[in-house]
Formats: sequence, C-alpha cells, structure tokens
Amino acid sequence: MSADKIFVTLGGLAAIALIVWFFWMVKRPGVKAGLSSSGYQEAMVLVKGGYTPDVIVVQRGKPVRLNFVRAESASCSEMVLFPDFNKSAKLPEGDTVPIELMPDRTGEFEFQCQMGMLRGKLIVE
Amino acid sequence: MVKDPVCGMEVEPRQAAARREYRGQTFFFCSEDDASKFDAEPARYAPAIPSATTGVGADVPPRVRITLPVSPTSSSGGPALVQSLKALPGVSRARVNVRGGRVAVDYDPSQVTTADLVEAIRAAGFGVGGQTARLKVSGLYCAECVARIEDALKTVPGVIDATMNAATNVVKVEYAPASADLERLARAVESAGPYKAQRAAEASDSELDKEAQATEKEYRSLMRKWWFAAAVGVPTMILSYPWLFPGLRDLFPRGSDNLLYVWYAMGVASLAVLAYSGSQFFAGMWQGLKRRSANMHTLIAMGTGVAWLYSTVALVLPQLFPSEEFTDVYYDVTVVVTALVVLGLAIEIKAKGRTSEAIKKLIGLQAKSARVIRDGREVDLPVEEVLVNDIVVVRPGEKVPVDGQVIEGQSAVDESMITGESLPVSKKIGDEVIGATINKTGAFKFRATKVGKDTALANIIRLVQDAQGSKVPIQRIVDRVSAYFTPTVMILAILGFVIWYDFGPEPALSFALIVAVTTLIIACPCALGMATPMSLTTGIGLGAQNGILIRSGDALQAAERLNAVILDKTGTITHGKPALTDVVLVPGQDEAELLRLAASVERSSEHPLASAIVEGALARRLHLAEVDEFEAIPGHGVAAKVEGRRLLIGNARLMNREGVALGDLETRSQALADDGKTPMLAAIDGRAAGILAVADTVKDDSRAAIARMKKMGLEVVMMTGDNERTARAIARKVGIDRVMAEVLPQDKAFNVQKLQLEGKKVAMVGDGINDAPALAQADIGLAIGTGTDVAIEASDITLIKGSLTGVVTAMQISRATMRNVYQNLVGAFIYNTAGLPIALGILYPFLGILLSPLLAALAMSFSSVTVISNANRLKRFKPSVSA
Repeated sequence: MSADKIFVTLGGLAAIALIVWFFWMVKRPGVKAGLSSSGYQEAMVLVKGGYTPDVIVVQRGKPVRLNFVRAESASCSEMVLFPDFNKSAKLPEGDTVPIELMPDRTGEFEFQCQMGMLRGKLIVE
Repeated sequence: MVKDPVCGMEVEPRQAAARREYRGQTFFFCSEDDASKFDAEPARYAPAIPSATTGVGADVPPRVRITLPVSPTSSSGGPALVQSLKALPGVSRARVNVRGGRVAVDYDPSQVTTADLVEAIRAAGFGVGGQTARLKVSGLYCAECVARIEDALKTVPGVIDATMNAATNVVKVEYAPASADLERLARAVESAGPYKAQRAAEASDSELDKEAQATEKEYRSLMRKWWFAAAVGVPTMILSYPWLFPGLRDLFPRGSDNLLYVWYAMGVASLAVLAYSGSQFFAGMWQGLKRRSANMHTLIAMGTGVAWLYSTVALVLPQLFPSEEFTDVYYDVTVVVTALVVLGLAIEIKAKGRTSEAIKKLIGLQAKSARVIRDGREVDLPVEEVLVNDIVVVRPGEKVPVDGQVIEGQSAVDESMITGESLPVSKKIGDEVIGATINKTGAFKFRATKVGKDTALANIIRLVQDAQGSKVPIQRIVDRVSAYFTPTVMILAILGFVIWYDFGPEPALSFALIVAVTTLIIACPCALGMATPMSLTTGIGLGAQNGILIRSGDALQAAERLNAVILDKTGTITHGKPALTDVVLVPGQDEAELLRLAASVERSSEHPLASAIVEGALARRLHLAEVDEFEAIPGHGVAAKVEGRRLLIGNARLMNREGVALGDLETRSQALADDGKTPMLAAIDGRAAGILAVADTVKDDSRAAIARMKKMGLEVVMMTGDNERTARAIARKVGIDRVMAEVLPQDKAFNVQKLQLEGKKVAMVGDGINDAPALAQADIGLAIGTGTDVAIEASDITLIKGSLTGVVTAMQISRATMRNVYQNLVGAFIYNTAGLPIALGILYPFLGILLSPLLAALAMSFSSVTVISNANRLKRFKPSVSA
C-alpha cells in the first residue's frame, strides 16, 4: 500500500470517527422551561433550520406552553408535531404560535416537523 | 399644559400656534395645520377629549347599562353574582338571567369600568363570554396613538379589553357583543383622533391567505432559483464534454488554453449557482450542524460543495495531482444537481399544497355573517357576534351561520359538507341545524346553541388538524431509523471514497470522488420522512369530507386490522325511537279511520309509544279530531271519547277489564310481539277493532352496510340490552348471525373484552352516550353522532352522519390510507436501500455500471415527488356504494 493510500484510509477513518462523535456521541444539555405568572411552564422556541432550543426540560404535572416562532420560509418547517400528545400546529412565518401541553408522565417526548427533518425533545422530569 | 386635540401633543396655551373656541371650550393647537384640520371637522375632534378625571368622553351619560354574556364555571348561583356586582362602587343595579346566560348591569362609568365588572363576575364563579374582534386602524401618526386608541375603546361600555399591536396597526378588542358592536367600536376609535378603523380580515381567513401566500412565495423563489441554475446548467453541460460535439471538439481540444478559460468561467458561474440557487442547502446544513444534526440539506450541500471544491483545486493547482487525468472538472455536477433538486423542491411544494386541501375547504365553509333578531329587528352581524340563545333568521339559499335548534318554519338543508350525506335533510321545529350547511328551500328561524369555537364545524376543524399532526404507529419505527440515516449516508460516502481510492481502477481519485458525491446525493431521507405523513394527511382529510372524523394515526392503523365489529342495536342499527309499523284490522274496519281515531286519543297521552302512533297518522296526512273524557289507566292503556265514539287503546288486560271480546286478535298480537314489536289493541264502542304495532325500526341502509362489512371479512356481532327474542328478530332482519342479548349497560365493555379474548381485533360501534366504556375498551371505538352532538372524546372515529354506511366507508378509507402508507414506505425504503449500493458502485465489478451524480440527483428529486403524488392519488378514493 502506498503512502497516499494509507493517508486517505486513515483520513477517511478519522472523518468517520468525527461524524459518529459529532452527531451521536455528544448529549446536548436541555433548556429548562421557566414558570410564568400564569402557572404555565413557558419557553420560546425559534424555528429556523431547526428548533432553538431543541431540548426542553419541564416538570411533570404542570401545564406547559411552548411559543414557537418560525423565522424562515422553507416549507419543511411549516408544521410542528407533538405526536405523543396528539398535538400539532401550523406555524405561519413570523407569528408566535403557542402550543399547550399537559405532561402527565415522565419521559422523553419528541417533537418535529411534518417530515421529521427537524427534531426536538421535550424531557419531562 | 393642554393637549392639541388633533395631533395629541402637549401644548403650552401661551405658546400655542393657534386657538379655537368650540361649544364653550377653548382648544389649543401646536400648528396652524392642526387648527385648519379642526376647523374642517370640529365635531370629530372636540367631543373625543376624555375628561381628565374619568377618562370618559363628555357626552357619555353618567349611567350606563350593559349586558354581558355569562356562563357559570362553578356551582355558585345567580344571587352570589348579583351580590358581588353590587358590592362594586358605582353599580346601582344588576340582574342575572342564569338560564339565558346574561347579566345586565347599570353602572356609573366614572367609578367602575367594564373590566372591573368582568373581574367581579369571574370572582363570583362565572365566565364572561366575550367576543374578540380585530380592527385595522389607519392614520396613526404618533407613538401615543396606540395608548389613546386603547383607552378610547376601553371607555366604550361592554369592552372588556383592548390591545393594539403597533407593528401591524391591528387592535384586538374583547367585548360583550350584547352591549357593544363593531360599528360602535370603530366610531370610538375614529373619535379618538384622525383615525380610520375597519374590521381586520378574520384570523382564520388571513391565516389561510397568509399560508397560501407564503407557499406561493416560496414556490416562486424556488422557481427563480431553478431557472437560474438551468440557464447556467445547459451551457455547462455542453462545455463540460466538448469532445462529444463535432463543432466544439476542434474549438476546445483537451489541454488547450481555450478549454482552460471555459473551465474558469464555469467555475465562477457554478459558484454563483451554489450561492444563489443552492443557498438554502448551505444555510440548512449550517443550521443543522449548529445543533449537531444532519438532514437532506447537509447531503446536497456536501455533494455539490465537494464537487465544486475538487474541480476548483484541480483547476487552480493542477500540480497537486499526480497526473493530468485527475484534473478534470465537475462543475456540471454542481450546477445540474442543484438545479434538479431545487426543481424537485418546487414541485413538492405544489403537490403538498394539494395534500392539505381538505382542511382548507373546511375552514372556507364557515359562514361570514348572520341575520340575527336584536330588539325585534333583523340585523346583519358578523358571525363572531352571534351569541348563544340568539334567534337567527335563515332564508333559502343562505348558509346556516352557527349551530342551533329550529324554532319556526321548515326547510330542507344540504348538510353534505359536514355529514357527507348527499341528499338534503328536512328540518322542522325542534330539529338541529349545523353551522356552515346550506338552506335549500324554505325560510326558518333558529335559536343558536353553539357559537364560535364550540360549533360542530370548529370542532371538526380542530380534530382534523390534530389528527393530521398525529402519527401512524409504523412511523415511529421510521423515525428511529431516520435519526441515524443522514450521518450513516455520510459515513458510507467516506467509506466508498476510501475503498475506491485504495482498490479501484485508475484514475482512482476521480472514481472515488464520483462515488462519494453520488452517494451523498442519491440518499433521500425526504422520501422516507414524508412517506407516512403525506398519506395520513390526505386520508384524514378524505374522511372529514365524507363525514368521518378519524382521531389519530393510531386509529387509522388499528381500523385497518380489524376482524370483528360489534354493533350496538338501539340507535346504531335502528333509529332508536319507536315508529308505527303494522295496523291489523278486524274485518269491517277501515285502516285510516282506526288510525285517525287512535292517533286523536294518543295525542293526549304522554307515553313514548303514543307519539309513534300520532306521527304515523300525521305521516299519512290524517286530520286528528278533538278528544273528550280522556283517561289514562296505568298498566292498562288509555280510554277516551272521540266524535261521540268510545275508544280503548291498550293491552289485553285492558280489553279483559272492559269486557271486549278479542277473537283471533290475541294470537296475532302474540305473533307481532314475537317479531320484536309492541302491539297495542284498539276497541271502538266496546268492540275489538284492530291492533296497532309499534317498534324501533331498522335504519334503511343498515342491512346493506352489514352485508358489506361481512364482505370485507369482518365478523358482525350485535349487542343489546333487549331480550333474546326481540334481539334475534332484529338480527334476522339485518343479517347478523351472532347476538349478545340482555347485556346491561355496565357489562358492555366486558362483552367487548370477551370477544377480544377470542384473539380478535374488535371495533365497537355505538352512539357514544351510554357505551363510552365499551368504545374505550374496543380496539377501535366508533361513535355514531347525530349532527352537532359529536361524541368526539369517547371514540377513535366519529361518524357525523348517523348511519352504518359510514362505518363501512371509515374502514375503506383506513384500508386505502394504510395501503398508501405501505406503498410509500416500501417505495422509499427500496429506493434508498437499492440506490445507495448502486451509487457506491457495487455493480461496477460485475456490469461495469457506475451511476452518474446527475442521474442520482434526478432520481432523488423524483423519489420525493413520487411519494407525494402517490399520497395525492388517495384523494381520488370514492367510497364504494355497492356490496
């Protein structure tokens, strides 16, 4: 095996390791939803190429209100779904759309766009 | 300091640019311009100045009466409400009509505001049913305008709250429609300054418009990007392979300076394509990388980016490469792939718009205005201002604005848009009408029972929206796969590159690059991701158009796998109310005459069976007579005098007691009872005259629907609380073999479970009222609703039209939808599992085939468009009518 082949092979393996580490190995810390005066655990979520924040931590048994603001026109993100709660909403560009949920059991619940390209997680503690 | 009444700015009276006297008041202006505006319309500006102490305009009388719609939220009663209102300073009188849901308050607006009243009402355990209106205000010129307009609106009696969005110039007013109306609100705004107010487009409408506009904008922007990429793409394609074209072959020979210049030009042009047409891929990749996720954008951006970078390095620094054959450029890949994927996205957007057409149609059904009787006059109101208990007038050809109950007149109403029933339904006094249906023939008045977001249509829209956002269980598996999909493809591309570089034929670098780029581009997480949501959205929308509300994707998938259906008898197979079925006569009696006399007597009776006889007689257009000496004999029947003849109607015991000889009527009565009917003996002037039999009749389409269920391979079981004999009689009539009779309401769920223990997936069909536990126990609960009473909560599927045909249609739709889902999933899966190895060059050692990145881009765009088109194909589904 010549030097360049060894170089390419090692480089490729390193790139693969980087991908595995970058996309799968690192756990992202969640953002805790704050308790507002109305008794809701509230958080703002920016929808632009993804959800920011995309991991939201809430407490069990207290109603949750997530305010989505979509700041892009790509049609992919025009809906947000909470399949575990049977909830969904259209997100018109620029409007704040509140989604209210009642987390009555603990666990991790995904939310996502209609095609599942954008994903986020609601962690109920 | 005083205020300039025109612009609202503070003016020092001594330094004022102008002053005017009007109605005994002096006004100061900060400019001559304002003063001339004041001269033109003094009345407009002058009375609007709120008094400094009360915030109320000078011409508002000190005592105001308002009526607020209220609804109890706890068990506290009207007196508590009156007391808490009277406890407020300035309230002189408060009267509550709890049943009508109104409270009328006389108060002094200088001491208490509507908002205070609302506060007190809420504190007393009542909710205030305010309406929300949005007014678009124009003519704002200063920062205080917002506060001024809000204040002006809040002083209008009946306004609970007003908030203005300065960015959109729309003020949202919450008000009690009984006291304030839009016109008054607009006037209040206009009197507060040089403003013009008009009703803003309804939220639902504007949302729809906005959405359509946004989609259209996105589509047009993608199309522009496509045309640019295509315009660059065509010459790039040709000039990338000049040796294929006779004329160009000599102009640009390999290795010539001419060719080099062309390549430089293509490098710049394709960079422009990436920057403009491909911008969303790079932006999407960057957004994704920021949150450590990868998506379709990542793959396309990497594929086109790598091709461009390689080409540019080869062009600028050819000395880096071992031999000249490596220094080919791949600008055509960059440009054409971008063009094709962008075009695919554009087509996708158009096709997706059609997928959600059903819900748009539903929202569009909503009536815009209503003709309501207020203070004895007919007034046209926006539909949002209609209150519960309002009397609404509907003329022929008009839309019924909200849900309600007919109180006057009769007509035929086209309910097809809600129930899917194609024939107009006749409506008479007491019948329910549904908002958004269309009145056909006659005029009628109805009392509104549900308005705003409580109407059947609003409920349906909400339900369909939620259901379309839910998931088919199978999708959860796909989701788990797709989270790993994109990074896996990237790893595969790298592996492909390394393997081709290490072991591939020469020029290894070129081959390795082509393989890596093709792999990145052919993988289509989109097709996989869209496979089920697209079909689900279409399928649930399809259901809604046929009067079938499917609650979630779970229900859809479960409905497809059923193998037994339990039908509740009363109200599901049958109409659920008795009707006259047989008239048996003693020789010499006339049927019409006996029925006329019997119905005349029964009209005075309150027995439920009696009304069946009366309705039977009215249906035959008989004129009923007056009745004397009516007597109800408990446990026996009734006796009365009609037109001088003495009538007896009741059971055999009554006849024995009165000494009436029955003859063969007794055996015939027994035969009717065996058939599941209730016979009533009739005697005229002491002699037996005949039998009137009453029974709960089977719905017209029950038999056909049950036959079709059987044909679909379902076991059909009837469940009823009736005795075995009656149950068997009905079951025979509709063609059901298995009967669960004498089931107490509380045992229904247990009986469903018994069938499930036989290893069957069971659907339970009921009216959703007393069989909610059974509906919940079943794998699928189908509630048969009637009109506005949609028993959504208890059931997985709700049939708005009260017939069994809907059950069949629901199953057909779920089967068709699930078939579509599987087709899409299998298609997307096969495409990706077959496409990736081919792109990696698995066929090369055997057949010498290597996929071009251009073909990969075409296939990738095509695959997601195929998925959506297949989902749209579902819309052509028509429920089959024949068995």
